[in-house]
Amino acid sequence: MALSRIASSSHASNLLKPLSTALSIRRLISSDSTVPLTIETSLPFISHKCDAPPRAVDTSASELFSFFRDMATMRRMEIAADSLYKAKLIRGFCHLYDGQEAVAIGMEAAITKKDAIITAYRDHCTFIGRGGTLLEVFGELMGRICGGSKGKGGSMHFYRKQTNFFGGHGIVGAQIPLGCGLAFAQRYSKEENVTFTLYGDGAANQGQLFEALNMAALWDLPAILVCENNHYGMGTAEWRAAKNPAYYKRGDYVPGLKVDGMDVLAVKQACKFAKENALKNGPLILEMDTYRYHGHSMSDPGSTYRTRDEISGVRQERDPIERVRKLLLAHDIASEKELKDIEKQVRKDVDDAIAKAKECPMPDPSELFTNVYVKGLGVESFGADRKEVRATLP
Amino acid sequence: MLRAIRHKNILPAFSAFRAFSSSAKEMTVREALNSALDEEMSADPKVFLMGEEVGEYQGAYKITKGLLDKYGPERVLDTPITEAGFTGIGVGAAYYGLRPVVEFMTFNFSMQAIDHIINSAAKSNYMSAGQISVPIVFRGPNGAAAGVGAQHSQCYAAWYASCPGLKVLSPYSSEDARGLLKAAIRDPDPVVFLENELLYGESFPVSAEVLDSSFCLPIGKAKIEREGKDVTITAFSKMVGYALKAAEILAKEGISAEVINLRSIRPLDRSTINASVRKTNRLVTVEEGFPQHGVGAEICTSVIEESFGYLDAPVERIAGADVPMPYAANLERMAVPQVEDIVRAAKRACYRSVPLAATA
Repeated sequence: MALSRIASSSHASNLLKPLSTALSIRRLISSDSTVPLTIETSLPFISHKCDAPPRAVDTSASELFSFFRDMATMRRMEIAADSLYKAKLIRGFCHLYDGQEAVAIGMEAAITKKDAIITAYRDHCTFIGRGGTLLEVFGELMGRICGGSKGKGGSMHFYRKQTNFFGGHGIVGAQIPLGCGLAFAQRYSKEENVTFTLYGDGAANQGQLFEALNMAALWDLPAILVCENNHYGMGTAEWRAAKNPAYYKRGDYVPGLKVDGMDVLAVKQACKFAKENALKNGPLILEMDTYRYHGHSMSDPGSTYRTRDEISGVRQERDPIERVRKLLLAHDIASEKELKDIEKQVRKDVDDAIAKAKECPMPDPSELFTNVYVKGLGVESFGADRKEVRATLP
Repeated sequence: MLRAIRHKNILPAFSAFRAFSSSAKEMTVREALNSALDEEMSADPKVFLMGEEVGEYQGAYKITKGLLDKYGPERVLDTPITEAGFTGIGVGAAYYGLRPVVEFMTFNFSMQAIDHIINSAAKSNYMSAGQISVPIVFRGPNGAAAGVGAQHSQCYAAWYASCPGLKVLSPYSSEDARGLLKAAIRDPDPVVFLENELLYGESFPVSAEVLDSSFCLPIGKAKIEREGKDVTITAFSKMVGYALKAAEILAKEGISAEVINLRSIRPLDRSTINASVRKTNRLVTVEEGFPQHGVGAEICTSVIEESFGYLDAPVERIAGADVPMPYAANLERMAVPQVEDIVRAAKRACYRSVPLAATA
C-alpha cells in the first residue's frame, strides 16, 4: 500500500547506517526479512460452534515492522484530525479510531484487495488500510476536491471502489445487510472472495443484523460479520444495551470467534481463519475486543460514562502499537531509535499531507449537481432558489 | 377535540418564582423543551420518555437533562441503538394507554422506524373505528445541522405531513417549543415533533404566560410573526428566523413582508395563509427540505386553489437544493436556503428584481 513506499526509503537509509552505533545491540533479524517468524497471541481465541484457530501466528520481521509503521500512521492521523476539528477545519461529525488500529491492520494482513470491506462511520483508518492516502483523508475531512469523495461525503463517507471498500455509512447497522449483499454478489459471480462487514457493539443489537445473517446462512454467503466491540455504543456501556454481550455467540447457528482486538497478530489469524471458513461454510462472526481512546465523536468528551483510569489503563496494558513495539525490540528486529525515527517520519508525513490538503481548493459550485444520478436523462435540478439556480443533470 | 387555549394572564402561585414581574425573561429552546417535558411528566404519571442517551447521558443534545434523576429509570429509558424495536415498543405502550415521548437522535434515524410511525401509529385509530388511539409523541432534531453530510441532514416535514392520522408540529421560538410540545404530549393522537439542532441554543424572550405550567399552544394554528402588506412569506422552524431577517432587509427597500410561522405542518393552517395572501396578493414559501412534493408545494397549491383571483404574481418557492446534502462548506451553503434567496424571491413576487439569472 501507499504507506509502504513512503517509509521504506527512510528505512533503507537506516540499514546503511553502521551497526557500530555503539549502544545498539547486535541485530539478529533485519527488519526487512521475510523469513517466517512464529509468535503466539497474548490471549487464546474463544470459539462458538467451531474449532478455534491455533494461537501460533505466522508472521515475519518485515510484516511486524510494517504493522508498527502503519498503525503509527493511523494513530498520528487520528490525533491530527482531533486538532483540526478543534481548529474548526473539520466540520460536522468526526469519529476517531485511535486504539482500534490493530483491527484494520490485522485484517488487511490476512486478506487481499479483492476481498471486500464495509464499515460504519468510524472509517478513516479502514480507508487507509484499503489503500487510501493521507492527503485523501485530510482533503475529505476539510471538504476539498482532493478528498476521497471530492469533499462531498465528509468524515463518515469514505469509499474506495477499486480496492473493494464500500464505505463509510452513517446509519447504525445499515452496513450489515449491505455487507451481506456484497457477499451475495461475490457468490453469485462465483468469485473466491469474501466480505468483511464491520459494526460496533451498539449496532450488534440491530434487527437488520439478524435478518441479514439469517439469509447469509441460508444462502451460504461468504460474509464475515466483525463486531468491533469497543464496549460503548456512544455513551451506553454494552451491559446496558445488550442482554447478552457475548456478541460472538449472538449468531446462534452461525459460528463465532472472540478475538483480542488489540493484538494485531490475533486479528490477522482470526481473519485468515474466517476467510477460509466463509468460503467453505458460509457466514461467521468475529468479535474483536477493542477500545477507542476518544469519545464516540468529537462532540463527546468520552469521560462522562467511563473513568479516566479505565482509559489510561487500557492505554498502558493493551495499546496495539506498544505491543508491536515490544515485539520488535524483544526479537531484535528494530532498535528504540529506529522506531522513534519511524514515528518522527510518520509525524512529518501527516503534517505534509495536512499542509497539502489545506492548499487544496473547495469543490467548484457546479459540483453541487454532479453525481446525483449516473444517467440524469436531462432532468432539471434546482438550487435553493429554483428560478435563480438550476442545472440539467446529464 | 382541541384543548381550550388559555388567554388570560393568570399567574398561579407555584410558578410565580419563575416570572419576573417587569423584565422580560429569556429562555433557550433547549430549556423550553426541557421544562415542557418536566412539567408534563410531573402532571401526568403516564408520560414517559424513551430514546438513545436520554437518561444517563442527559440527552445527546441535553434536552432531557435532569429528568432521569427526577423521575427515575422507569420513566426515562435509555434504549439500545434499535429504532425499529423501541419505536414499536413505544407505540405498543401507547395502545395500552401510556403516553410515551419517543426521541429520535435525529429524524434521519426515524426512517428505521417509519413503518411503526405510519402503519402502527397513524392509522390505528381509523382502522379500529376509534378503539385504539395512540397518544404518542415522536420528537427530535430534523433537517440540516452544520456539515453533517447527506445521511444526517434531511428534513422529514413533507413526508410525515402527507400522512392522515399524524399531527406534525415544528416550533421556532422557545414559546413555540414549550407550547407546542405540551400540546403534543396532551394530544390523544400521534404527533411528530420536528425540532432543529441549530435552534437549541438560541434564546427568546418568554412571557409569564408562557412560563406557566398550564401554557399550551393550539395545534393547527399558524402565528403571524410579523405583519406586512406587500408579500406573504411562510416558513417553519429555523427558516422563520431567516424569513424575519429577510423581512428586515425588504423593509429597508420599501417592501412590507408578512411572515407566517406555520408552527403546525399538519394540520396546515390554510385559512391563516390564505387570509394573508388575500391581503398581500403575493406568496413566497420557505422550507429547508427538498422542493419536489414539499411543504411549499402544498401551500402554493392551497393558495392557487382557494385564492387564485387574489394573486398578483406567480407563487414563489424557496427550498433546499434538489440534491443530497453535500459536505463541503461552500456546496452546503448552496444546498440550504439563505436569507438572500428569500429576499430575491420576495422581490420577484413584487416585480422589483432583475431578470432571471443565467442557468448554472
